[in-house]
Amino acid sequence: MMASSYNAKEEDGHHSGSSSHGGPGAMKSKKPDNTAFKQQRLPAWQPILTAGTVLPAFFVIGLIFIPIGIGLFVTSNNIKEFEIDYTGVEVDTPCYNCAKNFSWNSTTPCVCAVNFTLDQPFESNVYMYYGLSNFYQNHRRYVKSRDDSQLNGVESNLRQPSKECEPYRTSEGLPIAPCGAIANSLFNDTLTLYYIPPNGTKLSVPLTKKGIAWWTDKHVKFRNPGGSANLSTAFQGTAKPVNWRKPVYELDEDSENNGFINEDFIVWMRTAALPTFRKLYRIIQKKPNSTPTLSSGKYVLEIAYNYPVLSFDGRKRMILSTISWMGGKNPFLGIAYITVGSICFFLGVVLLIIHHKYDTRSNSAEIPN
Amino acid sequence: MDFSRLRRTITRYCVGEEIWVGSRTVYIGHKEPPSCAEAYMPQHYPDNRIVSSKYTFWNFIPKNLFEQFRRIANFYFLVIFLVQLIIDTPTSPVTSGLPLFFVITVTAIKQGYEDWLRHKADCSINECPVDVVEQGKVVRTQSHKLRVGDIVVVREDETFPCDLILLSSSRYDGTCYVTTTSLDGESSHKTYYAVPDTMAFRTEQEVDSLHATIECEQPQPDLYKFVGRIDIYKDKQEPVVRTLGAENLLLRGATLKNTQHIYAVAIYTGMETKMALNYQSKSQKRSAVEKSMNAFLVVYLCILISKAVINTVLKYAWQWSPDRDEPWYNHRTEIERQRHVVIRAFTDFLAFMVLFNYIIPVSMYVTVEMQKFLGSYFIAWDEEMFDEELGQGAQVNTSDLNEELGQVEYVFTDKTGTLTENNMEFIECCVDGNVYIPHAICNGQILSAASSIDMIDSSPGGYRREYEDLFFRALCLCHTVQVKEEETVESIKRGIHQGKLGYTYLRLKDSYMEILNKDDEIERFELLHVLNFDSVRRRMSVIVRSSSGEYLLFCKGADSSIFPRVVSGKVEQVKARVEQNAVEGLRTLCVAYRRLSESEYLEASHRLTEAKLALQDREQRLAQAYDIIEREFVLLGATAVEDRLQEKAADTIESLHKAGMKVWVLTGDKMETAAATCYASKLFRRSTQILELTKKRTEEQSLHDVLFELNRTVLRQRSISGLSVDCLDFGLIIDGATLSGILKPSQESAGHGNYREIFLEICRNCSAVLCCRMAPLQKAQIVKLIKSSKEHPITLAIGDGANDVSMILEAHVGIGIMGKEGRQAARNSDYAIPKFKHLKKMLLIHGHYYYIRIAELVQYFFYKNVCFIFPQFLYQFFCGFSQQPLYDTAYLTLYNISFTSLPILLYSLVEQHVTMETLKREPSLYRDIAKNALLRWPAFLYWTCLGVFDAVIFFFGAYFLFDNTTFTSNGQLMTTNTQMMFGNWTFGTLVFTVLVFTVTLKLALDTHHWTWINHFVIWGSLLFYVIFSLLWGGIIWPFLNYQRMYYVFMQMLSSGPAWLSIILLITVSLLPDVIKKVLCRAVCPTASEHAQSTRPCLTVEPSTIFMLSQSSSRMSF
Repeated sequence: MMASSYNAKEEDGHHSGSSSHGGPGAMKSKKPDNTAFKQQRLPAWQPILTAGTVLPAFFVIGLIFIPIGIGLFVTSNNIKEFEIDYTGVEVDTPCYNCAKNFSWNSTTPCVCAVNFTLDQPFESNVYMYYGLSNFYQNHRRYVKSRDDSQLNGVESNLRQPSKECEPYRTSEGLPIAPCGAIANSLFNDTLTLYYIPPNGTKLSVPLTKKGIAWWTDKHVKFRNPGGSANLSTAFQGTAKPVNWRKPVYELDEDSENNGFINEDFIVWMRTAALPTFRKLYRIIQKKPNSTPTLSSGKYVLEIAYNYPVLSFDGRKRMILSTISWMGGKNPFLGIAYITVGSICFFLGVVLLIIHHKYDTRSNSAEIPN
Repeated sequence: MDFSRLRRTITRYCVGEEIWVGSRTVYIGHKEPPSCAEAYMPQHYPDNRIVSSKYTFWNFIPKNLFEQFRRIANFYFLVIFLVQLIIDTPTSPVTSGLPLFFVITVTAIKQGYEDWLRHKADCSINECPVDVVEQGKVVRTQSHKLRVGDIVVVREDETFPCDLILLSSSRYDGTCYVTTTSLDGESSHKTYYAVPDTMAFRTEQEVDSLHATIECEQPQPDLYKFVGRIDIYKDKQEPVVRTLGAENLLLRGATLKNTQHIYAVAIYTGMETKMALNYQSKSQKRSAVEKSMNAFLVVYLCILISKAVINTVLKYAWQWSPDRDEPWYNHRTEIERQRHVVIRAFTDFLAFMVLFNYIIPVSMYVTVEMQKFLGSYFIAWDEEMFDEELGQGAQVNTSDLNEELGQVEYVFTDKTGTLTENNMEFIECCVDGNVYIPHAICNGQILSAASSIDMIDSSPGGYRREYEDLFFRALCLCHTVQVKEEETVESIKRGIHQGKLGYTYLRLKDSYMEILNKDDEIERFELLHVLNFDSVRRRMSVIVRSSSGEYLLFCKGADSSIFPRVVSGKVEQVKARVEQNAVEGLRTLCVAYRRLSESEYLEASHRLTEAKLALQDREQRLAQAYDIIEREFVLLGATAVEDRLQEKAADTIESLHKAGMKVWVLTGDKMETAAATCYASKLFRRSTQILELTKKRTEEQSLHDVLFELNRTVLRQRSISGLSVDCLDFGLIIDGATLSGILKPSQESAGHGNYREIFLEICRNCSAVLCCRMAPLQKAQIVKLIKSSKEHPITLAIGDGANDVSMILEAHVGIGIMGKEGRQAARNSDYAIPKFKHLKKMLLIHGHYYYIRIAELVQYFFYKNVCFIFPQFLYQFFCGFSQQPLYDTAYLTLYNISFTSLPILLYSLVEQHVTMETLKREPSLYRDIAKNALLRWPAFLYWTCLGVFDAVIFFFGAYFLFDNTTFTSNGQLMTTNTQMMFGNWTFGTLVFTVLVFTVTLKLALDTHHWTWINHFVIWGSLLFYVIFSLLWGGIIWPFLNYQRMYYVFMQMLSSGPAWLSIILLITVSLLPDVIKKVLCRAVCPTASEHAQSTRPCLTVEPSTIFMLSQSSSRMSF
C-alpha cells in the first residue's frame, strides 16, 4: 500500500500550503483559550518534603505526643480495675459444680458464690462488666442472625422474622421473638455483689441496671411492638428463643426495661468485635457522701450460673472498674503515644544530622546533565 | 445464490483478505453485453446504504452488554457479582453490583448516544438526493437507492455518492477536478480522467446510449489503487478495451470542483466503497504503563487467590473441633449442614474471593480512562503548540498513549517536511557542467532583474545552447502539474526561474503541453506517455512528440537513479557539482533525456500500453516496462534546491538528546544532503564520530567485516570512556541498500552470525543515526527492528508525509506533522502537531507529566486497595474465618467510588512535580522517568509493602485498643454519663476512618502542586466522608434490613480515645513514607528532586559548546 500512496516529495507533491491561507477550506482559528487552567498554569503552592521542612514537624510531634502519652498512661494507671474468672474450670473453684452439672433443662438455677477482696477502695462510679473469652460474637453467621426490623417493633417482622434468623427463626411453628442466634444466646447469668464488712454481715451492693446501653439504641433502634400497652399481649403468638428460660416480655418487671428495650438485651445485641470481649453489666453509682463507692475489703459475688461456656472452651469473668475521661483502663494508648513521640523525636535528631551532613554536600553538587 | 451471499458477507467481515471472486463485472446502465459469449457470474452488490452505526434499536442492549463484558475487568466484576447473587457471601451483591452497574450504564449511555448520532448522520447521508440517468432522462432519487451500474450525474461542489468511474465531464478534455479533503485531508485539487472513448458524451441521451461493461477488482481499502478495464461495444464491432486506473475512479466522499458536471457510473456502493472500507479501525496500541498495570493486576489476582486459599484452609483447620464449628450459640441451618463438605469448602473459597475482591479495583479502570481522556485535553489546549500560520494546535487522535510520550527512547524522524520546512528554494542549476545561480533568492517572489541568472563558467556555443534549451524544456515538461486557478509551489518555482530563461509552462490542452519559450512563442509538445514517479525508481519521465515530430523522452530524478543510466553528457562535472550541492544540504535533481526513433517509440508505447492494460500485476509489469524504456540517457544537468530547517529544529533535537533519547533520521534523500541537514540540526556535532555503513563501504569490504569493525570501534571506545558514554557520541550513517543487507534473513550462514544483533549493538551505542535512501517500508522495518530488540525500547516516529505512515503506525507512538504533504500522516498518527519544534513540549513536558501522573495513579490505586482489604484479611483470623466483613456495606461500596476517587483523579490531571519552566530548561530530567522507572517492580513492591504496613497499623492499632481494654465511649454527648460498649461495627468504622484519612493524606504528601483544585478535592472528600458517615448513621434507613451503622460513627466520635487513636494511627501510618521520602531526597536525590529544591535559584543555562554547525554559510536557520 505504501509504495503507491507515497507522494513524490522531490517531484510533484500536492502542495496545500498556499491554499490553506484563504481558500474555502480554511478553518476558523481554533486557538485555544489562554486560561490558567487550560494552560496548566494555575497558581499553586509547591511544598517539598526535605529534611529541613520535616525536621520541625518531627520535633513538634514528639513534643506533643510524649506529654499526651504520659498523661494517658498516668490516667490509665490511676484507673482501678478488678477482674475475677468464675467459669469454674478447676475443681477447687466455687463454680466448678455448677459448670460441670450444667443442663439446659434444669428449672432452678445453680448458684455459686465467689469471694474476693478489694485491696484499694474504688472511687466515683464503678462499672461492673461480664467478660467472655473464646466466644465468637463476630462470626458472620452469628452477626447477621438478627432482625433489626423486628427489634424495632415492626409488627410484620414480629410475626414473620427475617430469613437471616435461621435456624433460630421459628420454634414449634411459632415465630421466635426476638429471633436469631444473637438473641438466642443472650447472656443470662445473674451477678449480685455483696460487701462483707469486718463485722461479717452481708450487705448487698446496689447495682443500677439502667443507662448501660446506648441512648439511641434504647430509644430509637429498639422498640417494643404494639405500643407500650401490655407486653405479653403484644408478644402473643410468638415463641421465646429456644435457650431462654423466660419469654422476652418477662425480662424485667420494670416496663421501661422490658421486652426489646431491656438494656441487658440491647447491650448483648451489640455484637463484639473480637472473640474476647467484655460487656457492661451494671453500674454502681457513687455515694453522695465522700465514702468510696466500693471500699476496700471482702466481697462476695453470687452467680446464678445459667450460661454454659465450657463446651467451646470459653471463660467467664466479672470485672469491676472505674473510669476516667478517656474511658476504661487503657495502657496501650498511653504507651503507644509515648513510643511514637519518642521515635519522632529520635528521627528528628537523625534527620538533623543527615540534613546537616548532606545539605552542604548537595548544595555544592552539580546538577547532573 | 444464498450461499454466495453468505460468503460475500463473510468476506466483507474480513476485508483485506483475498476476495473470493477476483473481479466484478459492472453493466453500465444495466445493459447486458450483446455477445453473451462469456457467462458472467451474477453477483449481488449491496445497495448504497452507509451503515456506520453499530447497533439497532433491538440489538442495542444485548450487543452493547456483550461488547462491554468482553473487557476482562468488566467480566471479572460480573463474575464476582454473580457469585454474590448465587451463594451466601459476606457482602451483599449491591457492593459490587452498584459500581458495575454504574460503569456499564454510563458507558452504555455514552455509546448509545454516539450511535444515535451515527444513525442520524447515516440517515441524512442515505437520504440525500442523487441524480441518476435513466432512459436518457435525469431522475432524482435517494442516495441509498443507488445500484452498481447506475449512471450518476454529479454537479460542481457536490460530493460523490459512491465510488464512480468517470465517463465524461462538462470539460472538453474529459477531465474533472476533485478535492479529497474529507478523505485524506489533502486540499489540493486532483485531476481525474475519463476514458477517451466516452469523454465525448455531452448529454444524458448520449451517455445513455453507451453500451459498455466494466470489469474491475473487488473493492479494497487502498484509496490509491484501482485496477479495471472497460469494454465498449459499438455496433457489433469488436469491443474497444481501455484500462482503468485510480485516475479514473472518483471516490465517495470526495467533492467535485471547478467542473460543471460529470457523468459517471457507480461501481462500488454502500459499505463497499473505499471510504467505508477505510473505516476499519487501526490496530490498538497499548502503552507500557498499561502493560505494567496488567502485570500488577496479575500479581494482585495471585495475592487475592492465595489469600482466599489460605483462609479457606485455615478455616477448615480451625473448625476441626465441632465446638468451634458449631458452638451451641451459633448453629447452622439444616440445609447447610446437609451440604457436602467439598461444596461448602468451595463456597467458602468463593466467599473469601468476594470478600477480598476489592483488592482489584474496578474504579481503577474507570479512573485511568477518565484521566487519559480528560488529560489529553491539555495537549489540545496547549497554546504553545498552536501554530498561527496553520491555525491549528496539537491534535490528539488517541488518548491511550499520553504517558507513553514520557517514555520515549528512540525518536525516528523524517527529514523533509519534518525537520525541514519542505519549502523549496531554487538555488542553482547546472546545465552540462555550467552553473547558473540566481542573484537574489526570494522564496515565492518574482525576481526583479532580468539578468538574474549569472553564468559561471560559461562557455557559449551553439552546442551549449541546445543543451540549455533541452534542459529547460525538460524541466517544463517533465511533471504532472496541472496549472489551474491555483498554482502549486513547485510550479511557481519552475515558472520563476524558467521564466528568466524564457521558458514557462502554460498548460496541458488536449494532451498537448504548451510552453512559452524565451521568444514568447508557444511551443507545443504532444504528451504521449507519463512514466509516473515512484519511490523505488526515484525518477519520472515523460515521452513527448515535439512539433517537429521528434520523439523525446525526458527524465528527471535522484542522481543515483539517473547516473547509472546515463551514456553521454558531462557526467563528471555534473556529478561533482551534485555532490558538492549535496554536501551543502541542497536537494538535487538530475535531468536527462533520450531521443527515440519512431520504432523505439512504438515499441515503448506498446510495452507501456500492454502493461497498463494488464489486470494482474500491473504495477510489476509497469515497473519492468519503465526499466526497459528509461535507459541510455543523455545527461542534461541538475538543479539544486534548498529545503530550510524548521525553526528551532536544532534546539529540539539537542533537547531530545539531552533527555536521553536517541534520534534517528530516516530519509529518502541521498547521504550527503541528509548528513548536511543532520549537522545543521545538531543531530551530529563536530565532536561526533561518524560511523559509515553505506553501500560505498560495503562494496570495498564485505558487510560482515564492516559490521565487525564498527562494532569493535564502538566497544573499544566504550571501554576507554568507561561508564560515561555521554561525553563521546557516535553517529551512524546507514543507507537503504546496506540496511536491507543487514535485515536479510541469513539463517543458513551461522558463521556470519546474526547481523541484526551486531547492528543493534552498534546502534545502541550511537546517539544519532542517519538512515538515508530509505524506502517507506524500510522506515517501518527499522522501527520494527528497534522495537523488537531485546530491551524493547519505546519508539516514537514522527513524519509528515504519506511515506511516513507505515512508520507512524509501526512505532509505539506515532506523531504526525500537519505539513504540506497532505494530512495522511496526521490522520494516521496518534498525535498530530503543527511543527517539529512542538515535539519538545509534547515529550519533555506533557509526556513527562502524564507519565508521573499515571504512574502515581496506578501505584496509588493498588496501595489504597491493599490498605483497604488487608485489614479484612487480618480480621478473618479473629472471627473464626467466617468471612465477616470488617466494614459496613456502604463503606465497602463507596470507598473506591467516592471517598478516595476524586483526589487521585484530580491529582492525576493537574500534578506538576516540577514546574514547566524547569522541565523545559532541563531536558535531562526526562531521564529520571526513563524505562518506566516509576512502575518497575521495586517501586511496586515498595507501594505494596507500604500498603501492607499501613493496613497492619490500622488493624492492630484498633485491635489493641479494643482487646484488653474497655474501649468505650464516655457518652458525654448523651444523656447519661455511662460508659458504653463498642461492637464490631465500631471497630470497622474506626479502622475505616483511619484508612480514609491516611490514604488521602498520603496523596496529599505526594502532591507537589497544590492548586485550589487539589485543596478542594482532598479536604472536600475528607469532609464528604465525615458528613456521609454522620448521615448514614444518623437515620434509621427504612430500606435497609440492617440498622447496624445506626449512631456508630457518632458514638465513636464521642469517645476521647477514639480521637486520640485516630490521630496516632494516621501519624504512624504516614511516618515511614515521610522518612523514606526525606532520606531518599537527602541521600541520593534524583535530578527531579534537585530541580525541585533548587527551584528558587536561577540556574544558568549551560551554554552550548557546539554552536557551530558544519553547514555552509548558505544554510540559514
